[in-house]
Amino acid sequence: MPDTPTADIGVELRDVVKKFGEVAAVDHVSLAVRNKEFFAMLGPSGCGKTTCLRMIAGFERPTSGEVYINGEAQGATPPFERNVNTVFQSYALFPHMTVAQNVAFGLEMRGVAAPEVKRRVGEALELVRLPHLASRYPKQMSGGQQQRVALARALVNRPQVLLLDEPLGALDQKLRKEMQLELKSLQTQVGITFVFVTHDQEEALTMSDRICVMSQGHALQVGTPVEIYERPNCRFVADFIGETNFIDGTVSAVNGDFATLKTAAGMPVTGRIGGGPDARPTVGANATVSVRPEKITLAEKAPESGVNAHEVRVFSVGYVGSDTRVVVKLGDANIDVWEQNSVSTLDPNYFFRPGETAWLTFKPENALVLTS
Amino acid sequence: MTQATPSSELGWKRHSKPLVPYETSEKLGRFSLLAITLGAFAFLYVPIIVLVVFSFNSARTGAVWQGFTLSWYERMINNERLIDAALKSLVIATVSTIIAVIIGTLTALAMERYKFRSKGAWDALLYMPVIVPEIVMGVSLAMFFGLVSGGVKALVTAVTGVEPEVADVRGFGTLVISHVAFSMPFVYLTVRARLADFDTTLEEAAKDLGANEMRTFMRITLPLLAPGIISGALLALTLSIDDFIISFFVNGKGWNTLPIYIWSALKQGVTPEINAVSTALLLFSILIVTLSVVIQRRQQ
Repeated sequence: MPDTPTADIGVELRDVVKKFGEVAAVDHVSLAVRNKEFFAMLGPSGCGKTTCLRMIAGFERPTSGEVYINGEAQGATPPFERNVNTVFQSYALFPHMTVAQNVAFGLEMRGVAAPEVKRRVGEALELVRLPHLASRYPKQMSGGQQQRVALARALVNRPQVLLLDEPLGALDQKLRKEMQLELKSLQTQVGITFVFVTHDQEEALTMSDRICVMSQGHALQVGTPVEIYERPNCRFVADFIGETNFIDGTVSAVNGDFATLKTAAGMPVTGRIGGGPDARPTVGANATVSVRPEKITLAEKAPESGVNAHEVRVFSVGYVGSDTRVVVKLGDANIDVWEQNSVSTLDPNYFFRPGETAWLTFKPENALVLTS
Repeated sequence: MTQATPSSELGWKRHSKPLVPYETSEKLGRFSLLAITLGAFAFLYVPIIVLVVFSFNSARTGAVWQGFTLSWYERMINNERLIDAALKSLVIATVSTIIAVIIGTLTALAMERYKFRSKGAWDALLYMPVIVPEIVMGVSLAMFFGLVSGGVKALVTAVTGVEPEVADVRGFGTLVISHVAFSMPFVYLTVRARLADFDTTLEEAAKDLGANEMRTFMRITLPLLAPGIISGALLALTLSIDDFIISFFVNGKGWNTLPIYIWSALKQGVTPEINAVSTALLLFSILIVTLSVVIQRRQQ
């Protein structure tokens, strides 16, 4: 068969559309998750990431397109016949069962013999470091503990794929960080494909092998954290992941991998062409240069190379611990500049003060020209 | 800046001295509230207490206490017609409760899960019997079963060619149907209330873990709805045992329930035996309601 996915693909969505009434929650999404990969689906709420997850789990059926698990088209296969398990955002632990009964449920449903169930439940609770709480009821446990029970309950079945729907959303900041590391190491340990839905870009960047950024039902970009952050393929991804400055203008020159824009005020700005092979800007077209605040430097005097050097007025200076964040005015536009703190930035006699003029520069290879 | 206006200029005057000292009026208020509340309790329970007390009175008639006896309870137990009526009541209550629980629970599930046009109106129609006067329901059911009886009579005549002397569908069946009709909405309401805070993600989780629809229902949905179903069932049971008006309209010959027996016995005058029966019935109802409350408490 020509469309058989390669053996390395654990989960695949092919041209999947899901409509709720007239609204397309997922709009022609195609993506492939490799085996044993930690794959994040990242996007703001309502972008369709949870719907994608629910279609993989079998809770929703695609309006059109197909979901493949381990190369097999899922069609109308009900959730209880799919070799995937889900960790729900609300954990969905059965309140009338103890922790051990919760974890044993999946094995019992699959007809695993009682001694085997007991052994594997013990192992699973060991894995999430909760063996001492086996006879507790969910409501007697903290959020973090419930979270781990939910993980054990899913992992004990040794699914092909583990689906995680914002599993850390209900935890406080500190616990979140801990669980991020724990989840990552757990995934390496058990060697199961994880598909992880989150709206938290930092979470996605720290944990994932690859990330799919979604917006309004579309999968905008799939790539490693470095690719997503360093080479976003469109304005939305650049804006959603980390922080960036956008400088709008019209393309005045295209030169190999680089393009130069002229802003409304006539200032030239040069950057590397981003957005994939088919996104070549043409002279005269509207485009945007995206440059991250930490890639910009401020100097007192005009730099020797005149590329991307502009005289600006310092608007505000703020100390945020690791960085000093400066807002400068380039024409009418606010540009964020983050300087890592050092002796010089911390000395008010030496560093820039609001109202002063300064020279802003950034290397063309650190800026991206985006046409969409 | 505006200057604050003195309160006297706004026409407000402070009473130099209240009519009654504040503490006295507070005491008076508290006393009258207490008195009214006690009155309410007396209003509710004095007749019942009198009934219970007089079921132990050795005097045959009248409102004079002559001494303690259990002989009325003894007579009650030895009264075959009464025991027969009590057993019939129990059978009808049990059968109608089982049916009401099944229909009520499944209807509640369907009404909770599915979306359709004017759902609110359908929902209201389902618990309408709770507020429809019993007499109206009794009369309508009696008329309906009368029509059915007429139909049966016509059918038998047409088939056999002989007109039956009596064709009365009223009896066990009509009693059960009527009791289901008035108790089902109560089951529906209690299950619906329980469903309102039921997390359907739990069912998804069960399916995700390999349970099919049936096992999800048996292992997750049903156990979690059980408190609502049980308290609905106990409510249906008490309502059925206690019902007089509707039963009176739809019972056939030989199907006298306990309340109907009590009513017919009353026509021969109030005897302490009736007091004893009523006390037993009261005790039974209290027991069931207590059970229902305990079950609901334990779940929380």
